Amino acid sequence: MKQLLVFIRKEFLHVFRDRKTLLMLFGLPIAQIVLFGFALSNEIKDSRIALVDYSKDAITTRLIGKIEASHYFDIQHTLASADELNAAFKRGDIKMAVIFPANFGDNLIHTGTATLQVIADGSDPNQATTITNYLQSIVTDYNMELAQDAQQPLQIRPEVQMLYNPELRGAPNFVPGVMALVLMLVCTMMTSVAIVKEKEMGTMEILLVSPFRPVYIIISKLAPNLLISIVNLVIILVLSDIFLDLPVKGSVALLVFCSILFILTSLSIGLLLSINARTQQAAMMGSLMGMMLPTMLLTGFLFPIENMPFILQALSNLVPSRWYFIIVKRVMLKGLGFSAVWKETLILTGMTLLLFTISLRRFKIRLQ
Amino acid sequence: MDTVITTDKLTKKFGAFVAASELTFEVGKGEIFGFLGANGAGKTTAMRMLCGLLTPTSGKARIAGYDIYTQTERIKRSIGYMSQKFSLYDDLTVSENIRFYGGIYGMSRPAIRTKTATLLDELELRDEAKTLVRELPLGWKQKLSFSVSIVHDPEIVFLDEPTGGVDPVTRRQFWDLIYAAADRGVTVFVTTHYMDEAEYCNRVSIMVDGVIAALDSPANLRDQYGHASMEDVFYELARNAKRKGD
Amino acid sequence: MITLDKITKTYNKGAIKAVTDVSLDIRRSELFGLIGPDGAGKSTLFRILTTLLLPDSGTATVNNLDVVKDFAKIRSSVGYMPGRFSLYQDLTIEENLHFFATVFGTTIKENYNLIKDIYQQIEPFKDRRAGKLSGGMKQKLALCCALIHKPAVLFLDEPTTGVDVVSRKEFWEMLARLKAEGITILVSTPYMDEANRCDRIALIQKGSILSVDTPAGIIAKFPMDLYGIRAANTHQLLREVRSYSNTDSCFAFGDALHVTFKDHSPGDTPHVTFKDHGPGAPTAANPANDLLPYLRSKGISDPTIEKITPGIEDCFIHLLGTPAAATSNN
Repeated sequence: MKQLLVFIRKEFLHVFRDRKTLLMLFGLPIAQIVLFGFALSNEIKDSRIALVDYSKDAITTRLIGKIEASHYFDIQHTLASADELNAAFKRGDIKMAVIFPANFGDNLIHTGTATLQVIADGSDPNQATTITNYLQSIVTDYNMELAQDAQQPLQIRPEVQMLYNPELRGAPNFVPGVMALVLMLVCTMMTSVAIVKEKEMGTMEILLVSPFRPVYIIISKLAPNLLISIVNLVIILVLSDIFLDLPVKGSVALLVFCSILFILTSLSIGLLLSINARTQQAAMMGSLMGMMLPTMLLTGFLFPIENMPFILQALSNLVPSRWYFIIVKRVMLKGLGFSAVWKETLILTGMTLLLFTISLRRFKIRLQ
Repeated sequence: MDTVITTDKLTKKFGAFVAASELTFEVGKGEIFGFLGANGAGKTTAMRMLCGLLTPTSGKARIAGYDIYTQTERIKRSIGYMSQKFSLYDDLTVSENIRFYGGIYGMSRPAIRTKTATLLDELELRDEAKTLVRELPLGWKQKLSFSVSIVHDPEIVFLDEPTGGVDPVTRRQFWDLIYAAADRGVTVFVTTHYMDEAEYCNRVSIMVDGVIAALDSPANLRDQYGHASMEDVFYELARNAKRKGD
Repeated sequence: MITLDKITKTYNKGAIKAVTDVSLDIRRSELFGLIGPDGAGKSTLFRILTTLLLPDSGTATVNNLDVVKDFAKIRSSVGYMPGRFSLYQDLTIEENLHFFATVFGTTIKENYNLIKDIYQQIEPFKDRRAGKLSGGMKQKLALCCALIHKPAVLFLDEPTTGVDVVSRKEFWEMLARLKAEGITILVSTPYMDEANRCDRIALIQKGSILSVDTPAGIIAKFPMDLYGIRAANTHQLLREVRSYSNTDSCFAFGDALHVTFKDHSPGDTPHVTFKDHGPGAPTAANPANDLLPYLRSKGISDPTIEKITPGIEDCFIHLLGTPAAATSNN
């Protein structure tokens, strides 16, 4: 028994003397509470929507007024045509469109019902369901208000259509998210571990004292991971087509091209991480803690970025997977072309070049 | 002689490979017994069996009076062990290490306290009691390791190449500690690569290819093989070994 | 061929002084030994010379190239075997050799005659993975990989540590043959007896050089007479000699004690063995004469004493300057 206590005491001493681990053990839960408690939430406010009013009578005006007044919605435009709506959805400018057909008010009074056309962006089914529910509750309220003044019950019925994902399946949302996460994690972790392993084993010493140029070491570490990741990518796309019924709506070539770009970005991050890590364990921890958390939280597939406090939104701009996620959704789900994703592609290219240059500069050609 | 270790045809096989074959010998109380052999000769396997860490395939042995098959826990409590690769915790202080090992060996708190004081005085480490072991020079670490390995006054202490890489003066100071322990009646079972250290032992055994090829006092071995030094004796025996540590 | 001029290196912002003010000159085709225990600074010097570490101050050159400015050229032209057996554990012997040959822009065939003697010993195992080799074989493989591009200078950091006695002897024989090919070799080792195999050696401890010379030169510099004392019971002998008033230093060396006396007369007849012949013994002023009766009176049977030539280890111990061992009674 005493032996057990002695051993336990020693273990405590070990833990408390390891500053880095302590930081993680206590820092992490605190960070998580703060993040999840205050910064990230599933609640949706100020969703951008469009309103199209073909009727323009007292009833529609009143209802529009109510919608405007609620804090759920941020009315982007009061658009005139369906084409403009389509374009806005594709660009991701609006999450929902509410369309009042002509003679809305007359139909309501004379027949007792009127149909309200609602189109929502179904690529994030959770979001879509939530905002259509918000709308529904406003309409129901209005229905009750109307019922007080009228002889017969008046029903405004919203008819909801989900774009891009009519059945509101989860796959269209999480597959792009998973792609971003998996590629990012695998690339950074594999690369950083491979380089640090060389350092740990001592073979790096011999490689450095040789005519072998350091840049070749880097390229040779990146090459197999690039290939493996491309294979991974193909597997994910094939599986999601066959089993999840989620084929690539847009150009496969474009998707693969952008994915390779993203892989290169992740590899560069792995390279950067390997420079300061001295053990494989540290490299792995660095990849997990340093990359997994930001990727999961700030990519936009678990928590909508638009709802985050400003500082987190700003930070999310630095996370490459956020841009990749947008590209994948637009190309894979919405079937858009390069013109819709050129900005994001440019950002990723810039990130890759920057990271690679920094890593190359800082790659240690000496043992210190 | 009071024997503290007796073995009778002790053997260890790993599948078809015979790591140690039919080891038969005795070690007496207070003896300094040198256990030599090239890498791969079977030394480590033999030591692990004697420490109760590895179950033999066949043969008999008694360590400190306990049976090697059925009483390994008793054996572990009656012996001390020190190896070059590990013995003390780098991120604990000198006194924390002593306290820990004392506790592991089941010593009472007052006993640990007295022992700590004695140890620190003997090694002249009073001022370093609260220093982390990783900050001690190598030589002091080795000496401290040895003292800690016998903190619980065991009957036998097993030393696995304890003086590797240490400067010549510290090495000799280390052996002073070994002599002092042997004088107190502790049996010292030591392996080493330094042939001059073989001479400090009362008796020496040389393992080659899993078998004990020679066992006697250094003086007798030198006479028997007609060499001036243990190094030459060892070289002659090891030279024709089939197993060069493969 | 290799020069170090007042090289100093510290770690941890000066907290750990690895090497202080080290200056050395190693000539072409010399087999030079750096002798010292762990922590003496040997590996640090190696890393500075192979351009893996930058010194805090001082300059160093290898083959007339500066270690700081011309590091790329040095890296392409030297052979290096670091302290641990740093080869690719999951590649076979042949794959490792082939890899390093390619890295250095050559092929195994091109310089095969240089490594032939060594490689032939491990060739039967050429398809075995490096991780599964014994210490001796790994060391031979590492040497082959370091030599494969016929470097002008070979840096071997503790190549014989942890390797069995037989392989150690073979290794030094291989080094002698390489030296004959004109390669300059800098070797470090903690084993004092290996010092004698070198052309010249530097004794190093705690970051400073204690002495540089040929082994014979260092031995000649030993300032006092050294005596070897033997008796049946070495342990008892150790105690008694240490407590003898005239003993200056006394260290165990296997079955003998190496002793120097405080009151000694230089220029004595060399290598005369004084056995205890009783009162009729020669009466030259010699400390040995007084010691033997003293020992006998303490119950030591058959003590013998003779003047001996110091070895490198004796010199090293002397240079370390520990006075305590002679008179302390443990």
